[in-house]
Amino acid sequence: MKPKHQRLALGLAALAAIAGASGLALSALKDEAAFFYSPGDVAGKPLPLGKNVRLGGMVEAGSIVRAADGVSIRFIVTDGKAKTPVSFRGVTPDLFKEGSGAVAEGQFQADGSFVADNLLAKHDERYMPPQMEGKMHKSDSLEQ
Amino acid sequence: MIAEGGLAALWIAAALALVQLTLGWGAARSGSEELITAVRRIAIAQGVLAALAFGILILLFLNSDMSVLLVATNSHSAKPLLYKFAGAWGNHEGSMLLWVTVLAVAGACVALFERRLPGKTLAATLGAQAAMALGFYAFIVFASNPFLRIDPPPPDGQGLNPLLQDPGLAFHPPALYFGYVGLSVAFSFAVGALVMRDVGPAFARAMRPWVLAAWIFLTIGITAGSYWAYYELGWGGWWFWDPVENASLMPWLAATALLHSVTVLATRDGLRAWTLMLALVAFAMSMLGTFLVRSGILVSVHAFAVDPTRGSFILALLGIYIGGALALFGARVGTIRQGSTFQLVSREGALVLNNLLLSVLLGIVFIGTLYPLVAQAMGQQLSIGPPFFNKAGIPVTLVLIVATMAGPLLKWRKDKWSELGRKMLVPAAAAITVTVMLLVVAPGISLNATLGLIAAGALAVASLVPLWKRNLRRTPMHIYGMVVAHLGVAVSIAGMASDAAFTQERLAAVRVGEVVTVGPFEAKLAEVRPTLGQNWSAVEAVLIVRKGDGKPFEINPQQRFFTDPVTTTSEAAIQTLWDGQLYTVIGAGEGSGKDARWQIRLWWKPFVTFIWFGGFLIAFGALLALVGRVRRERRSEEAYE
Repeated sequence: MKPKHQRLALGLAALAAIAGASGLALSALKDEAAFFYSPGDVAGKPLPLGKNVRLGGMVEAGSIVRAADGVSIRFIVTDGKAKTPVSFRGVTPDLFKEGSGAVAEGQFQADGSFVADNLLAKHDERYMPPQMEGKMHKSDSLEQ
Repeated sequence: MIAEGGLAALWIAAALALVQLTLGWGAARSGSEELITAVRRIAIAQGVLAALAFGILILLFLNSDMSVLLVATNSHSAKPLLYKFAGAWGNHEGSMLLWVTVLAVAGACVALFERRLPGKTLAATLGAQAAMALGFYAFIVFASNPFLRIDPPPPDGQGLNPLLQDPGLAFHPPALYFGYVGLSVAFSFAVGALVMRDVGPAFARAMRPWVLAAWIFLTIGITAGSYWAYYELGWGGWWFWDPVENASLMPWLAATALLHSVTVLATRDGLRAWTLMLALVAFAMSMLGTFLVRSGILVSVHAFAVDPTRGSFILALLGIYIGGALALFGARVGTIRQGSTFQLVSREGALVLNNLLLSVLLGIVFIGTLYPLVAQAMGQQLSIGPPFFNKAGIPVTLVLIVATMAGPLLKWRKDKWSELGRKMLVPAAAAITVTVMLLVVAPGISLNATLGLIAAGALAVASLVPLWKRNLRRTPMHIYGMVVAHLGVAVSIAGMASDAAFTQERLAAVRVGEVVTVGPFEAKLAEVRPTLGQNWSAVEAVLIVRKGDGKPFEINPQQRFFTDPVTTTSEAAIQTLWDGQLYTVIGAGEGSGKDARWQIRLWWKPFVTFIWFGGFLIAFGALLALVGRVRRERRSEEAYE
């Protein structure tokens, strides 16, 4: 192969690889991009049923209820506009508590509730889901 | 006064960087020996001063000097000494100072040790390094000064996020930073080579140790970070496809590609433009990672700093450096002469395939990490999780593993399909053996896990083939390095696939005296007791675990309570056995007295330790290659003299 042809072949291979990568990524994106919802996003709209999604918001104060089996809980996630009841079976993360931000991964049910397979709370104690920023009072003892 | 000294050192270092940039430019143009020597000395002085500033910050933390705002917000006088020390970089300002320090010290090391590059190219390289340092100095003194005072000083300070109070997290960010910034040297080399139009094997041989060193640190940082997340976060997972994790994976993928292409350039004088491009991209990914982690634009479970103005500052730096370098590349790429050519079926061909596949993986991670941000900018909330990365990434990785098997078995420049086929029979036999074993022993596991185990088995065997029929005592060390690193990849993949295929989980609320079973284990909750640490209190479960008729052992997961700031963390207790790990977590309790029940979560994870053991093998292989190459070149230099 002449150098010129080789360069061409390599260039074509690179293009094919990039096209393949984009194709793979886009098809996976279409199927697997988990949409991020807050309770207000789904209020009064059709629910994304049968898809794995993330639901973010604040855990409403006083809403956590433990079930009899000791490992299931129910609670309410709110964004100030609407509320979504969530049920979860598992050990809750350390920073998961009433009045603080949380993200639940799981599926919406036909009745508007949410079943979470996974709960996330931010490492940082000052974390808030992005939708909540500015709506809630931020405290910082040194600034006061 | 000490804090002001640190700030002064920083300003002087910044001024020196400006001088270094100017003189470096002059030296690259004129080639004057005196100027080149001056640039070398200034680079060393700049490194020393930056290190001094960072040393002073550490001192302030060790002294718990609460009159410094950064110490007051991120430390506490009652904290263990190790975490006072690590607190110096466990925050935004400190970590940026660490970043610029490593950048400056790396530049100083280049000035001290680099003897292979022509003087002009070296001056251009040091000038580029100074230009980068300059931007970060500006960022630190104008937007995130670590030495700011607070008046009046608080008595105790707010403390360090307890999740950061862990030896693993204390040391994995510096490892990652050494890696990130090590790639800055490769970047500067590429810029220097572009400016001087001096791209060839000598340039590649000079750059290679830096790429190897950066790659070792990145590998260790990622491995340690993954293990930290695994044991500290208490959810039993080892990789989350979190944007912050991806931020470290992207430079690693680019650096892995660079490492292989720089070898082609050094040994065969091929892939000149491509190698330069990768050197630019690898550091661009480091900066992108820093931007993602430090700007707060991410909805990550572990993005620590949130400040949009800083984000735009880093983004501007990213734009200037990467945009500038790419423009330079575009302007000069035409003048780079074509290197040597090779046949498609050859070692070079396999390395090109490896590079393409790694680039594809990089593209997938890049899209998956940044697309949500783009969507957010367009008003749509979106998050991309593990299903996306698994679906798009695993097929590419499997092909990449086949390329990794084939590469070392091929001859340089030209080989035959039939030869390759003959050599691939050994790994193919290994693949068939593993397949049959899996069909017999574990027929029900997922397709991905099955393919992963088969690939791991075949790669493990294939990576040893290059040693076949060789005189093992006379085999160069860098060959061993390659063998060990490829073996490490196989070991890691075996661990990942095994974790995916065989993990068993159990979650229950138990009273004291009750027994939970998971896999081959029976765990009895003997007691739940309070316990105390230096700056925390905890409740601790006493689990007596028995495997079959074996000797029982005790394991103690904890829930820790910190007061400064008020936080609870769960400390998983992990028992490592030869064939896997038993991972236990204690969750919330309810009720009191005899009726009290505690959430206990158990995982049995066969061979999960292989994931990180493989990671360290990869880093160790790279270390062997680094030492071997450096020694070899020193010997050949001596031979010339």
